[in-house]
Amino acid sequence: MRLANRSSRPLPALVAALVAAAGARAATAPVSAEAIADNGLPPAVPACQTCHGAKGEGNILAGFPRLAGSGRDYLVEQLASYASGQRQSPVMQPIAAALSTGQQAALARYYAELGPPRPAAAATDPLPTQAGAWLAARGRWTADIPACAQCHGARGLGIGDAFPPLAGQPAGYLAGQLQSWKRGTRPPGPQSLMAAIAARLSDDDIAAVADYYAGLPADGAPSAAPAGATR
Amino acid sequence: MKCRHRAARALRAAAAVAALAVPQLHAAETAPAPSAAKAFVPPAEQAMPEGEFGKMVKRGEQIFLHTRQYAPANVGNSLSCASCHLDAGRRANSAPMWGAYVSYPAFRTKDGAVSTFAARIQGCFSYSMNGKPPPLGDPVLVALESYSYWLAKGAPVGTKMPGAGYPKLPPPALAPDFARGRHVYDANCALCHGPTGQGQTSAGQPAFPPLWGPDSFNWGAGMHQVGTAAGFIKANMPLSQGESLSDQDAWDVALFIDSQERPQDPRFTGSVEATRKQFHDTPDSMYGRVVDGHLLGSGSK
Repeated sequence: MRLANRSSRPLPALVAALVAAAGARAATAPVSAEAIADNGLPPAVPACQTCHGAKGEGNILAGFPRLAGSGRDYLVEQLASYASGQRQSPVMQPIAAALSTGQQAALARYYAELGPPRPAAAATDPLPTQAGAWLAARGRWTADIPACAQCHGARGLGIGDAFPPLAGQPAGYLAGQLQSWKRGTRPPGPQSLMAAIAARLSDDDIAAVADYYAGLPADGAPSAAPAGATR
Repeated sequence: MKCRHRAARALRAAAAVAALAVPQLHAAETAPAPSAAKAFVPPAEQAMPEGEFGKMVKRGEQIFLHTRQYAPANVGNSLSCASCHLDAGRRANSAPMWGAYVSYPAFRTKDGAVSTFAARIQGCFSYSMNGKPPPLGDPVLVALESYSYWLAKGAPVGTKMPGAGYPKLPPPALAPDFARGRHVYDANCALCHGPTGQGQTSAGQPAFPPLWGPDSFNWGAGMHQVGTAAGFIKANMPLSQGESLSDQDAWDVALFIDSQERPQDPRFTGSVEATRKQFHDTPDSMYGRVVDGHLLGSGSK
């Protein structure tokens, strides 16, 4: 696993530096989501793009997740649960708490609409020996684990407002979230679907599936398709 | 750039510290309850045979999972075989193919005749897939028969196996109710299947199956029967949370879903009333009934 061991968690030192660097420019007028994304809301809110990229594309090396193309409802819920402390992150909790609910909603819409292009691509089936790809495409129903693809799309590009894309997200981030559900440091999400499923995944499952999705192209381009298995 | 490198270093250091600080409170791994204790276990994927027959089995599996993609001439909606037969037709209480394969030939009231397994699959294409059945001997049919035969390896022929078909729920305490069903639907189903049952796509490809409307199964499909749908829902829905709804909720939401307009029964005689009398004369079918002021079947094409 290339990146899974690199934690995507808390960076208080960096945030402190960013906040200081942002200066004390007071925000008086209403600020657009784009302005918050680009410049932040000093002093409490650093620019989102610092960690999540100029177009919300995330930062693979540092383990920051892509926001562009995640569903609006999903993003609203994440900001709200960071703000309430239900989803834990020393970095994101104070930032989300400093945003008004209107700003949270505006940012969610902004990033949802910055979605990557999503070209349709034919599904390719993996081999059972490809642990991560197999779990993603077929699940393990003997343990009541559905295929990830059933709710996140055949190529991990997400479905609708509530089921975020997984393709091309940093492996460490994906593994970290599954572990957070197991530990209870992230709210269970809609209908507790993910908390229940994560509890049924072993650490090896989590590593394999996180690695698999990290290797898929965020735009669904067929070039990096998993090794095909249509014998 | 230098600054960015420093930041990245700080980042990694902070992350390492934070990782240590996170309490390692692993939730006990909750083992899901086995849904069918003594259900037959079909052969593992790795045991799929090689050679020409193995190729046909694999092709059947692909058609089963991606039906519209691999059998476009036979499919008229967004569903796949695996929409109703979960885990690629392996899952007990989700009408597994190992249970179906060993149950034919059989007399079917629906056909008024003894039907073969191949004819039963043809029925799925006509009704559940709202499409055109492949003719006997068609490669699509041969592939699906091969796949099912392989899944049933070692299963007893002609015996009703535990986990075959969908479970038959006991009659509900209260008569199934449309309004209660709507509440169950909104709370448990709409997240995936959409507020109007239309399903959802991912990157333009079908993902969550439509439950009613023009892109779903038609009025001739088994799933349009309230009891069939209730059994499937109780055992399998919401996906990964089977057995979580009460029997009453399953009946109510099945009635709600099966009281919506969907494509016409291919056996339509030209009159909803006559079609109900001939093919749907059972309390299990809402076809030809008036719900919410609408005569079901009259808006179907």
